[in-house]
Amino acid sequence: MDLVTVQSARVARERGDLALATGEVVIGGGTWLYSEPQEATGVVDLLGMGWEPVTRTADSWVIAATCTIETLRGLGPFFEQCADSLLASWKIQRVATVGGNIALSLPAGPMTSLAVALDATLVLWTASSERRVPAAAFVTGVRTNVLAPGEVVRAIEIPLASLHRTAFRRIALSPLGRTGTLVTGRRDAAGLTVITVTGGTTRPHRLAFDALPSAAEVAASVDAIDDWYRDAHGSPDWRRAMSLAFAEEVRQELA
Amino acid sequence: MRFTVNGAPIETTPRAGQVLRTLLRENEHYEVKKGCDAGDCGACTVLLDGGPVHSCIYPAHRLEGASITTASGLGTAEHPHAVQQAFVDAGGFQCGFCTAGMVVTASTFESTDDLPRLLKGNLCRCTGYRSIGDAICGVHNTERAAAGDAAGRSIAPPAALRVVTGTEPYTLDFTTTALLHVAVLGSPHPHARILSIDASAALAIEGVHAVLTHLDSPDVLFSTGRHENREDDPDDSRVFDPVLRFRGQRVAAVVADTVGVAQLALREIVVEYEELPAVFDPELARQPGAPLVHGDKGPASRISSPERNTVAELHGEIGDVSGAIAAAAAEGGGAVFSGVWQTQRVSHAALETHAARGWIDGDGRLVIRTSSQVPFLVRDELAHIFALDPGRVRVFTARVGGGFGGKQELLTEDLVTLAVLKTGRAVQYEFTREDEFTISPTRHPMRVAVTVAATSDGVLTALAVDQLMDTGAYGNHAIGVMFHSIHESVEVYRCANKRVDAQSVYTNNLPSGAFRGYGLGQVIFAIESAMDELARSLGIDPFEFRRRNVIVPGDDFVVTSVDEQSDLSMVSYGLDQCLDLAEGALDRSLVGPAGWPVGTGMALAMIATIAPRGHYATASVTVLAEDSYEIAVGTAEFGNGTTTVHAQLVASALGTTVDRISIKQSDTDAVSYDTGAFGSAGVVVAGRALLAAALQLRGLIATQGPRPGLTATASHDGSPRSVSFNVHAFRVAVNPATGEVRILQSIQAADAGYVLNPEQLRGQIEGGTAQAIGTALYEEMILDGSGRVLTTAFRNYHVPQFADVPVTEVLFADTSDALGPLGAKSMSEAPYNPVAPALANAIRDALGVRPHELPMSRDRLWRLTAG
Repeated sequence: MDLVTVQSARVARERGDLALATGEVVIGGGTWLYSEPQEATGVVDLLGMGWEPVTRTADSWVIAATCTIETLRGLGPFFEQCADSLLASWKIQRVATVGGNIALSLPAGPMTSLAVALDATLVLWTASSERRVPAAAFVTGVRTNVLAPGEVVRAIEIPLASLHRTAFRRIALSPLGRTGTLVTGRRDAAGLTVITVTGGTTRPHRLAFDALPSAAEVAASVDAIDDWYRDAHGSPDWRRAMSLAFAEEVRQELA
Repeated sequence: MRFTVNGAPIETTPRAGQVLRTLLRENEHYEVKKGCDAGDCGACTVLLDGGPVHSCIYPAHRLEGASITTASGLGTAEHPHAVQQAFVDAGGFQCGFCTAGMVVTASTFESTDDLPRLLKGNLCRCTGYRSIGDAICGVHNTERAAAGDAAGRSIAPPAALRVVTGTEPYTLDFTTTALLHVAVLGSPHPHARILSIDASAALAIEGVHAVLTHLDSPDVLFSTGRHENREDDPDDSRVFDPVLRFRGQRVAAVVADTVGVAQLALREIVVEYEELPAVFDPELARQPGAPLVHGDKGPASRISSPERNTVAELHGEIGDVSGAIAAAAAEGGGAVFSGVWQTQRVSHAALETHAARGWIDGDGRLVIRTSSQVPFLVRDELAHIFALDPGRVRVFTARVGGGFGGKQELLTEDLVTLAVLKTGRAVQYEFTREDEFTISPTRHPMRVAVTVAATSDGVLTALAVDQLMDTGAYGNHAIGVMFHSIHESVEVYRCANKRVDAQSVYTNNLPSGAFRGYGLGQVIFAIESAMDELARSLGIDPFEFRRRNVIVPGDDFVVTSVDEQSDLSMVSYGLDQCLDLAEGALDRSLVGPAGWPVGTGMALAMIATIAPRGHYATASVTVLAEDSYEIAVGTAEFGNGTTTVHAQLVASALGTTVDRISIKQSDTDAVSYDTGAFGSAGVVVAGRALLAAALQLRGLIATQGPRPGLTATASHDGSPRSVSFNVHAFRVAVNPATGEVRILQSIQAADAGYVLNPEQLRGQIEGGTAQAIGTALYEEMILDGSGRVLTTAFRNYHVPQFADVPVTEVLFADTSDALGPLGAKSMSEAPYNPVAPALANAIRDALGVRPHELPMSRDRLWRLTAG
């Protein structure tokens, strides 16, 4: 929809352009920003930065924040599962960006699920500084995160080792609906087992075990989660129950 | 900035926050529709450099050098794209508002392997998607007919090629120069009195032409709900009211050069409110001491008991219900069952939002072009409110993008009229999708308690219904829906002892209104669930139990009095056939995934073919030239398909083909009167008038020759009325661990009389089924308990997608009704009504536990068995 409060739209082309004036917000694809009324007075378009969408280093995938979800989807089955967890259609996947979805920090943000599931590191930029935070520590609540004013997500670094073995479970209130809960698991060569619970909680939960946990250990860890979310996409009790069941299924799959 | 649209260059400077959709429409590319303006529905889909995007969320500042292709660029009515022709051939649309975006999207498909995923971003509220899938897969469902042979054939809608190419204009798809726009300030409180409004700062903004408030409003009470008799609804609403009774109710409106200027100006209006106590639960609202929503209204408003927040109520009994229940309980093998069911608030979700544009024409007449099912009723009420001569008001519709009862209301036209009269300018008021969720009337939520009893040999001896409905802050349709809800639902059972209590109660929630089935569906959900349980306790098959207890020809229609006989009669009867057809089609061998219990369920519904209390239509047929005719009819086309049927009726009567018929419709200038397109009246009232006119014209031609200008006019008064029947059956598998329901088989048998257009009728039944599956499993407007709607976008309100809707087997009873044109009966609302209880009964059969609440969402069903 037209954003009536927006008085300026500029394209960021170099790092200095990331310095935001009061009222300015950055967009990746813009698919969320233009989908609801906003209070912003200016839009700064990150697509002009020309960041390489996907780079592979010796030990990681480096995903630019401006990489589209469609492009990310092509990296493998686990990426495809997470991409298709987006409520919006494949047409939106062509425009929506990985960084935009994470920065939006909705409970059901599938790129948050992906980044947390794979123990990604988020690279955060301002016009003049850079820092790194673990994906699991980025989202702090519904639409809240650790981004400081003027800070943007620059990239998502995904260790290749995280893709050693993965498992994925998800349910929504309808076949292709917005996530009710999304449970992932991974187990690396050393046995480290990480189960994540997102979508049904206000913030991501990363449950890590040095070795394959027992059913009771997994259940106790999931049961300790205390921020089951209530919205149109599921009730807290159902989300908890589905997460408990999925976590156990994931554990068995990784065994 | 330069870019091309369908090959033609455009040079323009978009506004900073503008999106591609509005930029295209400002350049007269009206084929690009607004369904949601949020990227959820896909109606605005265009190709950007060859790839599909939702233009409503694509920033316009990125368009330099871009190449855009819209539906009209894919093909034209003369040379349609293959996908567009396929949508015509398959009959792949009803209202057609989603179609332009649908064909653009489908034009990019390289495979049809995963249509659920491919069509996830395109919502259709009308069809139920089967016909869209057929179009994409190249299935032909429509046909051509020889001269005089159109009736009974699956003729494509006359507008088909225009709809698929995006060239059929809807309400706002035309250019008006120097058009002003309205934005509305909604109440932040559920109940408040306006103490003062200071609009001076808003008025000072450049581009603002007027700020309208209750000080500008005519002091005339009316109802937004429209009926043939305006006194059928309570006079409880004003254009602007100094008392606000729900969040979002109009406080003030800004009229400005653009929507953006108007919206920004709203922020500068300073309003002082006195908050008033509010009530949100109809059970509390009817208790003594509850805050009164319309305590200020007198008898002239025709509110039953404003001092009890009660708009209408009915209490009646025939026979001795308590005695019958006691007897059944005492009899060895007799059975009694009681339950309480709750239905939710549902949004019509017609893809075209409410909208109207008004102006003063060259003769000084007020003209309103609106998205309405009832242009004549809108005209008459505007004349009433503004003390205008009806002859000085013209109201018309173009093709309307879906209705479902939601456009049997006066929601935009009054404000447009006020703005036009104040400014003397052309003015437009267009609802946003959020407006549709927050201020547009919804389906009435109902709590329905039912007690049923039967003897050991399966004879129904008691039927008691206690219905309480939340009509919200205003009483539009509060009375009609209440009475209708307990009529055909109760009448369809032959039972000596019946009791009905019904109450329609004001709250400070947003208003409820007319919705497909007009109250029947909610009560049928409860009654058919209770009947299923009763049959189960008796050990009688549910089909067989119905056969023993439904009315048959010769029976009276009885709610609670045998003396209440009206103009309703059983002119034709196909319920027996519907029961046999649905039962015969059920495949009880179908199973789901391992570990998922399976079940079957059925339910029935009866509906009168025409709304009671008068429904009038006048129609005419005129010779334009030899073998060329024009029909004039008052009813609107909004996906109901009546326009197709009208052309078929006339072509058959005059021995010609449908392409020789041009159609003038839904315009108060076109014919003298038409009550409107509601109560499924388009075929059986307007169609009958039209057929009579065509037959008269045939007679005139026989004696006078096909003289151009030769015309015949006929009318119909909507009385007497007959009944239609629908039976739905499901086989389902349910996963108790998650609450997932998989529909293994869906069958609907319909008694629609003579079938004038089999493919269209199939589409109506599939579409009604899909909408009802949405109600049964997914859709729920969630409020916060203090009148605030939390689900304000499609992303939080799940209208069924392609992935959610099974194919429904549609079966027709072989009947003919002497009242309808060529034996036809109405069939637009009816298919919705038996679906939710049939599905509930199937789920009950599978799980062993009965759901009592809609929607039967996964979390609720999981809780049923996990709890």
